[in-house]
Amino acid sequence: MTINTLAKGGWHREQMTCFQKMEKVIVAMQDPDMGMKMRNQRLLITVIPHAMTGHDIITWLIQKYSICEEEALHLGGMLLKYGYIYPLKEPRSIVLHPDETPYRFQTPYFWTSTRWPASELDYAIYLAKKNIRKQGELMEYEKERYSVLHKRINHTWDFVVMQAREQLRASKQRRKADRIVLECQEQAYWLINRPPPGVGNVLDMGLERPNNFSLRVTLIETCRRALGRNRVKSSICLEGFVKYSEQYQNHDPIMQGCLPSNPWISDDTAHWTMNAEMVPTPTRLRVECWSFSFMELLKDVMGRKEFMTYLEKEFSGENLCFWQACEDIRHGESSKIAEKVEEVYKNFLAPGAARWVNIDSKTMDKTLEGIKRPHRFVMDDAQMHIYFLMKKDSYPRYLKSDLYKNMLAKAIIPQETKKSVFPFMRRQRHSSPSPAQAAAQATEEDGRGKGAGPAGTNSDV
Amino acid sequence: MCDQTFVAATFGPCDSCGTASPLMNIYIKNEPINYCSFCMEVMACQGLQKGETLATLKKECESLKKKLEEDRGKLNDVELHQVAEKVEVVGALSIKTRRVLKGHTNKVLCMDWCKDKRRLVSSSQDGKVIVWDGFTLNKEHGMSMPTTWVMACAYAPSGCAVACGGLDNKCSVIPLSLDSNENCAAKKKTVAMHTNYISGCTFTNSDMQLLSCSGDGTSALWDVESGQLLQSFHGHTSDILSLDLAPSETGNTFVTGGCDKKANVWDMRSGQNIQSFECHESDINCVKYYPSGDAFASASDDATCRFFDLRADREVAVFQKDSIVFGASTVDFSLSGRLLFAGYNDYTINVWDVLKGTRISMMFGHENRVSRVRLSPDGTALCSASWDNTLRVIDIFCCFQA
Repeated sequence: MTINTLAKGGWHREQMTCFQKMEKVIVAMQDPDMGMKMRNQRLLITVIPHAMTGHDIITWLIQKYSICEEEALHLGGMLLKYGYIYPLKEPRSIVLHPDETPYRFQTPYFWTSTRWPASELDYAIYLAKKNIRKQGELMEYEKERYSVLHKRINHTWDFVVMQAREQLRASKQRRKADRIVLECQEQAYWLINRPPPGVGNVLDMGLERPNNFSLRVTLIETCRRALGRNRVKSSICLEGFVKYSEQYQNHDPIMQGCLPSNPWISDDTAHWTMNAEMVPTPTRLRVECWSFSFMELLKDVMGRKEFMTYLEKEFSGENLCFWQACEDIRHGESSKIAEKVEEVYKNFLAPGAARWVNIDSKTMDKTLEGIKRPHRFVMDDAQMHIYFLMKKDSYPRYLKSDLYKNMLAKAIIPQETKKSVFPFMRRQRHSSPSPAQAAAQATEEDGRGKGAGPAGTNSDV
Repeated sequence: MCDQTFVAATFGPCDSCGTASPLMNIYIKNEPINYCSFCMEVMACQGLQKGETLATLKKECESLKKKLEEDRGKLNDVELHQVAEKVEVVGALSIKTRRVLKGHTNKVLCMDWCKDKRRLVSSSQDGKVIVWDGFTLNKEHGMSMPTTWVMACAYAPSGCAVACGGLDNKCSVIPLSLDSNENCAAKKKTVAMHTNYISGCTFTNSDMQLLSCSGDGTSALWDVESGQLLQSFHGHTSDILSLDLAPSETGNTFVTGGCDKKANVWDMRSGQNIQSFECHESDINCVKYYPSGDAFASASDDATCRFFDLRADREVAVFQKDSIVFGASTVDFSLSGRLLFAGYNDYTINVWDVLKGTRISMMFGHENRVSRVRLSPDGTALCSASWDNTLRVIDIFCCFQA
């Protein structure tokens, strides 16, 4: 083999990490005390030392990492795929068999990570050697590649042939067992690095991630800012996660299933129909969810509607309207910001406005000042103030109100669908109208809405 | 500017970026420094404050980082798995693939669910973006992009458009037309423009704004209608590979993770980097918020996934196992946040118990790397996209121990 000069492009960082880890496993496997037991393997008439069976490999992995057989088979298979272990008897079958099939460790000289990427020159020399050694030993695809290389690196071809001859001569002077081992190792290396057509290239690492810029100055600023921040005690934060998981467990289809059935299993879309955006009666879980946090209530279109009904009873509906209008400004088109801000001012903030909202004077002054030069976030402070007002005051009272309690009482708990007696009878999977279609219909209907037209059909999503 | 040739007296690791290269030996305020030519350019452009040398800046940086770690440790009075001791163990998981979506002719790089809980969009190395009805397996739209390697795609909240981007350095928004005669790709509108590949994109709370992150180390917020840049975010020192929007009340932050091993949290209004975590030992491939918005998880090439608490401002759990040697490329949480699904480069998906820090189950099935896992919006199924050209919709159900 020629000496590999510094590879173009250098290392892929992701390769380094996983190769290093695989090499750790391999080294552990060959540890004299805790490693695997090796045996001699008879290959035709020669005895190859230091071989192991597939069964040995899997047993060792199971024992060392406390994993199950399936995972050990998978991990061992990966070591094989990346060329750290190779099969002795059928070199082209790069599969780990959990039986007496013999395998050997690849020598570090031929580790993929040692000589990355495999060089064209070396491949040409390898193919030349094979060709010289026995005419017709090259497989079809190897012959093709050989002739392609011959064209591409024609200027070094003399060197290639000379190297091939030298290496063959050197190997003739070795003991037969050593020679066979070396040939096996080299063949295994090339089966991984230049796989035959049809076999996936395991070394395909995707795109390179080359960039690196140094920004030490901003790093210092970030650190300085981080030092000043308020932190919360770990016990409080972590307790929060436990509580959240407990609270939402019943709502998590993976933990608790979903009623009447999971559409992906039963092919029945009832679950989705029952939980559509607007339904006459919501499910119990959904209404319960509104009591978990104010955000859950506002996120749900139905919840928001219910809350609005409640607020209007209390003559504070303008708060929610204001909040919604501010959301619209924040997330809407840039071009419409100015006009929307103007609308909001007219309806909610101007003295004597029809739906005047009660904000403290400091925030009001700041907002009014900001409106002179309206931008996306000009309403943020006012919106935050009203949001917390609703959250601290109206929201808890809503949860205690009859309106909410009645909603909860009449909410549906769907019946669980009994699993089909005949599992092979599959329901037909119905398609649903695309959300894009629903929107297109809506704009169409809006367009002819003024005139007398037929009532649109209700499409359920 | 071209790289000038110069006589290099030394070769070795650059004082600034650490890569081994020919070094220029110069003096700044009598301090000798050895920089590679690239860092030299960067330094020349940035300039130093009065009284600062690169050595002092470096020292200051190190001492600040140490102090930060100390501060973070002060409020660390308990570990997550200790708090979780009283929680019931998650029992065996029943895992079944319910749909296999075939249609891409090369690696599937990204996918996203539609809010209607059954449709999804996927993008691939073959340059195509496909919108599927996952439930019926119908392909509803298929669009060809001008370049291969479409690494990012996202569904708009309204369900009326998708965004995608990749090697073309742009993120485009495509309205989904229902007219079968119309070519969807023709209506494509370029919104985001970066100077390197697009690695991730997402709509914010409406169809009108798009967040993108790129291999050029920056992320940006764009107005979809006008294509105007609303805010840009600088601070990463290498490619950004992933971003996620916070599901918080005030909805103003997002997190990014990149090749500089850092996960940064940003304020969308001011463009500032408000929090930063550097705990991984290799590139961060994916970041995802915990459902409550108080924490996030990250997946990295160092074969671990980590859990970061935003209020405590530190890493609170590491999900790793000796037998897992390949990098994790994607993560997502279950609806209740109890389970973490992580896709790896060894073709498997591991399911972790977030609270206890243990691995519950392992999923096989894909024949190449898993590039993306995403839970459906109502938590009923998990979709996994892979380099084996397919996507799978998987249903998972857990039984608790008695």
